[in-house]
Amino acid sequence: MSETHEGVHRHPAPTGFIRKYIFSIDHKVIGIQYIMLALAAVVVGMLMSLLMRLQLSWPGTDWPILGTLFPTGAPNGVMNPEFYLSLVTMHGTIMVFFVLTTAPQGGFGNYFLPIQIGAEDMAFPYLNMLSFWVTLVGFIVILMAIFVEGNQGIGEWFATLGPSFAGGSGTVGPIGGWTGYAPLSALGKIAGPGQGGGMNLWIISIAIFCVGSLLGALNFITTLLNMRTKGMTLMRMPLTCWAWFTTAVLALLSFPVLLGGGILLLLDRVANTSFFIPGGLYVSGLLSGSNPNFPLHTGGSPILWQHLFWFFGHPEVYIAILPGMGATSHILATFARKPVFGYRAMVFAIFAIGLLGFFVWGHHMFISGMSPYSAIAFSVLTLSIGVPSAVKTFNWLGTLWGGRIRFTTAMLFALGFVSLFVAGGITGLILGQSSLDLPMHDTYIVTAHFHLVMGVASIFGMFAATYFWFPKMFGRFMSESLGRIHFWITFAGVYAIFMPMHVMGLMGMPRRFSQFTEYNFLVNSSGLVKLVTVAAIITIAVQFVFYFNVFWSMFKGERAGENPWEATTLEWNTPSPPPHDNFAGVLPVVHHGPYEFAVPGAPRDYVMQTDVDVEVPSGNGHNGKH
Amino acid sequence: MATMVSTRPVRSTGAGTGPKVPGPNGNGSKRHDGFPDPDANWNRYRIGMWVGLASVAMMFTSLSSAYIVRSASSNDWAALPMPGILLASTALILGSSATLEVARRKLKAALSVPYTKWLFVTVMLGLGFLAAQIFAWRQLAGRGIYVASNPHSSFFYLLTGAHAVHLVGGLLGLTFLWLRSRRHVIDKTLIARRKAATDAVSIYWHFMDALWIYLFLLLFLWR
Repeated sequence: MSETHEGVHRHPAPTGFIRKYIFSIDHKVIGIQYIMLALAAVVVGMLMSLLMRLQLSWPGTDWPILGTLFPTGAPNGVMNPEFYLSLVTMHGTIMVFFVLTTAPQGGFGNYFLPIQIGAEDMAFPYLNMLSFWVTLVGFIVILMAIFVEGNQGIGEWFATLGPSFAGGSGTVGPIGGWTGYAPLSALGKIAGPGQGGGMNLWIISIAIFCVGSLLGALNFITTLLNMRTKGMTLMRMPLTCWAWFTTAVLALLSFPVLLGGGILLLLDRVANTSFFIPGGLYVSGLLSGSNPNFPLHTGGSPILWQHLFWFFGHPEVYIAILPGMGATSHILATFARKPVFGYRAMVFAIFAIGLLGFFVWGHHMFISGMSPYSAIAFSVLTLSIGVPSAVKTFNWLGTLWGGRIRFTTAMLFALGFVSLFVAGGITGLILGQSSLDLPMHDTYIVTAHFHLVMGVASIFGMFAATYFWFPKMFGRFMSESLGRIHFWITFAGVYAIFMPMHVMGLMGMPRRFSQFTEYNFLVNSSGLVKLVTVAAIITIAVQFVFYFNVFWSMFKGERAGENPWEATTLEWNTPSPPPHDNFAGVLPVVHHGPYEFAVPGAPRDYVMQTDVDVEVPSGNGHNGKH
Repeated sequence: MATMVSTRPVRSTGAGTGPKVPGPNGNGSKRHDGFPDPDANWNRYRIGMWVGLASVAMMFTSLSSAYIVRSASSNDWAALPMPGILLASTALILGSSATLEVARRKLKAALSVPYTKWLFVTVMLGLGFLAAQIFAWRQLAGRGIYVASNPHSSFFYLLTGAHAVHLVGGLLGLTFLWLRSRRHVIDKTLIARRKAATDAVSIYWHFMDALWIYLFLLLFLWR
């Protein structure tokens, strides 16, 4: 049924354990390494969110282990406000960078982009290995911040590197949120707990992460442009490839801006420059220039940091979610047994979202004192992202319409993605308007909005991808019954966590406060706060079912064949798991579009991309026959 | 030449049905036999270099925008006098671009000995540029102008330093080409690969040249 041509593989299969599983240049091993990194990082981030929830619900409670581990930050086991704020910072940083950026792109993208375009490997295999190891070093550096700030001894030892490196605040890392706003983040130890060595490590970690992501993005783009197999035209690529490609372009153009900003911030801290530090600053009872620990600064612009940060920060949220959109489109078509509705529109929508994403960073800064005219421009551009987002949503619904849907766990999570994307995205239309954002900024409605749309929706995309591609990656199915338990509890759980947060936001509950007991207007909120915490504990607990399912199924799962889901794209044309060079030396030749399901007159209800001698009538799905 | 993708237009045959003729972009759409084409295969070096330079350009764009915003945000901006040696470094890097271009043409004409020689000259000129930059920094430091002295000096050290770090990468690439150039190659694929690698390093080096001119103008005209 299919024809092939000889491929020239540039590196032989490694034989030793270290070259095969650790310092591997095989994109599949590197992809799994990225996923493992994300699986480790997400546990750290999740435990931190759990601690935050415990503090918010039962402030002043003695949590015995904490008192032992962090005698300064949680004396007698009671978290102090600085400890809470460092949890906020580290939770955000770890989740955004080391989970939402690594797993969707570095993990699944690395594993499946070369296979789906019919290549033996990435364009630059060594660079690929390097980008993973650089990212891992970034993760180790951010974890070091926990020890440098959390432990007196290590903190003092670290101070020998220079005055700005002093740690030991008793917190679990720096304080500054994942946005690290200047000028506090630029001043050093003088600005208070968590502003010393931990902040330096935070900046260094992110700079390292930027480098790793840039190397990865370069590799993705080159691979996609140059390594596609015979017949794999751009418009025959699966939507996943389009999503990974657009994500790579976003990363390529936005991470360097953060890197530049990070260098400036670090120079303010270690070289005493004044890029972001204004003159006449009065902090911690000291005036700038009045004390050897607080040298004179003049003329810097704290808002400049916000611009540089958010110019990166907004594309970053699309870096997190676009791969999930790609996976969702792919999985919905496969299990609805229908072509993706409006393939071309989907491709253009991905590009439109990516492109517009570069022009809307100002909507994070409406309360920074920007001109109302700029605010209107940013508002209009922000709301216009609703158009391609709606195109995607309606096309997903169009794909489902009239399909013979197979409710596998992967399909359930893909449907969950659509649901969460809509539920979280709809508040974006509210927050994107400057007049509405002004009162709502820095309340829980923002927390609810971005957690639903960029956090949980992206993670649902990755869950869907995991259940869908696990049989390909390990040759075994994940347990469907455990998967269903995982899906339904997680799905109900995340709504139970984040829906009440909208209500809290409308009550005026501010973000990043460690307790609300002092505020009369929030006395009625404690029931809701506790409800969210209980939901969070249940949702976190059920994730261990997922972890168990992954590791148990790797060894004990039911065996899967080459194409267990009756799907059409190239990864299903090769054994599960694929051999070292993906197609055993013979590259497939592509004859059809990626989603030719339910083709009239075809022998099966799906036509694989490599099938020859099958007529696909023009107008079936997106691409017709060639 | 360093073409990224062919510019043959896609023929579209009607709305919504997609291109009937496979498009021209990248390997995937090559119709003719003999696929994969070894020359197109090594195009990845050229494409990768352009893509990588896009990110380098974005980093310098972010620093430039910070420069422009900071220059207007306060009245503490005191423009540096231009160290005269920078004119020499500008001449050196312009010269290195020219010699590299000569080397690349020699390689295309399959003249491997002159190729090696001109590469060597390029490396020497690049090192000369770096030495001139270090001299300029020392000269300013000798006059008591350091990174934190004032915002313009901060940006001067930062931008020239970041450029020098990138330039060292280019020098490593050139040295690598030079070391490899002394190895005799007959195999067709390896020749194609050497040409692609030389193209990629040249693209990078010319970019560093243009970037320097841009930074020089930014630092000493926009102040």
